[in-house]
Amino acid sequence: MTVPTRTRGAIAATGLTKRYGETAVVDDVSIELPAGGVVSVIGPNGAGKSTFLSMVARLLPMDAGRVVVDGDDVATAPGDVMARRLGILRQDNHLAVRLTVRELVTFGRYPHSKGRTTAEDRRHVEDALDYLDLTDLGGRFLDELSGGQRQRAFVAMVLAQDTDYVLLDEPLNNLDMVHARGMMRLARRAADELGRTVVAVLHDINFAAAWSDRIVAMKDGRVAASGTPAEIMRPAVLGEIFDMDVAVHQIDGRPVALYYT
Amino acid sequence: MSVDVHPLDAARGTSATPGAGDSTERALRRRARLVVAGLTVLALAATAVYLTVDVRAGWEFTLPFRGRRVAAMVVVGVAIATSTVVFQTLTTNRILTPSILGFDSLYQLLQTSLVFVLGSYALASVGVVEQFGVAVALMVAASLALFLGLFGGGRRSLHLVLLVGVVLGTLLRSATALMQRMMDPSEFQVLQSRLFASFTGVDERLLAASAVVVLVCCTLLWTMRRRLDVVALGRETAVALGVNHRRTSLLVLVVVAVLVSVSTALVGPITFFGLLVANLAYVLLGSHRHALTLPVAALLAVVTLVGGQALLEHLLGMETVLSVVIEFLGGIVFIALLVAGGRR
Repeated sequence: MTVPTRTRGAIAATGLTKRYGETAVVDDVSIELPAGGVVSVIGPNGAGKSTFLSMVARLLPMDAGRVVVDGDDVATAPGDVMARRLGILRQDNHLAVRLTVRELVTFGRYPHSKGRTTAEDRRHVEDALDYLDLTDLGGRFLDELSGGQRQRAFVAMVLAQDTDYVLLDEPLNNLDMVHARGMMRLARRAADELGRTVVAVLHDINFAAAWSDRIVAMKDGRVAASGTPAEIMRPAVLGEIFDMDVAVHQIDGRPVALYYT
Repeated sequence: MSVDVHPLDAARGTSATPGAGDSTERALRRRARLVVAGLTVLALAATAVYLTVDVRAGWEFTLPFRGRRVAAMVVVGVAIATSTVVFQTLTTNRILTPSILGFDSLYQLLQTSLVFVLGSYALASVGVVEQFGVAVALMVAASLALFLGLFGGGRRSLHLVLLVGVVLGTLLRSATALMQRMMDPSEFQVLQSRLFASFTGVDERLLAASAVVVLVCCTLLWTMRRRLDVVALGRETAVALGVNHRRTSLLVLVVVAVLVSVSTALVGPITFFGLLVANLAYVLLGSHRHALTLPVAALLAVVTLVGGQALLEHLLGMETVLSVVIEFLGGIVFIALLVAGGRR
């Protein structure tokens, strides 16, 4: 199977910094995430993962540094151009308005059609709904759904946006085992079949190890480690990142971290 | 940029059937058509009743006289309804009205200081056009200063704008109260009649000017209706979908400032009215699309104002108390919303 090579660029952050008062939440981060594949961002709470992702997605202004996506600075590139290139799923998905699932997902097409929904938009919307197993729930209102269904609806919106880069801020929130695995499988398929670049903030390092091509570990606002799952999933590296002892076992040829007891 | 491989098509050889299963949407659309048609009929009926019932002074006097009032109610109603809807969209909050920015307080301060400084007798000799011009200019200038000062700089918090508006409003109200206490009681009575919203005795030239301004503002908002739908999802989502949220916010705030200033300077402050019709529009439609909420809220405003005035003035024989009734109803809706919000 030929992988569509729709992405050739990269997300490149240089000297990226965000401060709240004296505390640097993201502290002079320089990293390049090449296009293609699934990248997981891991690290303890408060490491700056979400803040980093928010700055890449233009949701948060940076105090210093810049982010370049496919050659364009996100701070200066036109908003709609970036919105066709990069989509983000946020952690907080509270809405003040009452929408059906299909209405929400259709908003994902706004960067393309500016609200005048075309037949192609509808096809993308139905595809995204189907991809997330939501077709039957399309007509339901979001406030009638469970947390996991809501989460999937928002992911469907990001998918319908049809961007080269898909940023997911803790996509496994609110998901049970079945849907968490489904979500990661979906990220994998989006990368493999559609040639998209998926960057996901994850808390479960085993999910990160099982599904990603690359893991970026953050700690105290800096990149603590970056490499393939095999390079990161080592007791010494994980212990350094999380400040706790983490045993790593090879189970069925996969590294699995045991940190429950 | 578009994908050629569609997961569905590739994997299962089927194609999604667009429109399948969106019966909810169809139902909403049918409901919207019904609401718009019903309200249009009601608005026309209310206007007809207001113009024609209980005519005593002869048609050639009554029609222009009442026609002017109806026009004033339509202009003000549309201005307040649309400004409230888009203001709530911008703040993603259903219980806010633009009056939170202190428009009413500024208007009251202006009127109070005019009466206080010039005296009601001297004030009567100042032309209405001049008074109107000063009031509008002052309110628009003050709000522009507030928005640009807080929004134009490095800080970009809408909540900061709202908070400063609340604080300034309190300050202005206190100054107003101070002057009112020191005022001659008979002067105070003159002032009080100026501070109640009233549709009687609206100057024709002002009405025409206001109508043009409101029309321009509404046209602008109408062209932005799809973008406003996205803005209603909140700042982050709107930015992620490519909307220039800062520029849109600023534009909407300026339009709101103009609309509220014009309507307040024309008839006086109406605080809760916008809240009433905006929320009624959301409930009736079950949708937040601005292509629907803007016209429906405006129609509701016309129905409420003209219908209410017809009822009170011609059927119950009362004069100029409509604003009091509307404020009362609006206040009740406000409390109901607070209670409902608290329960959730």
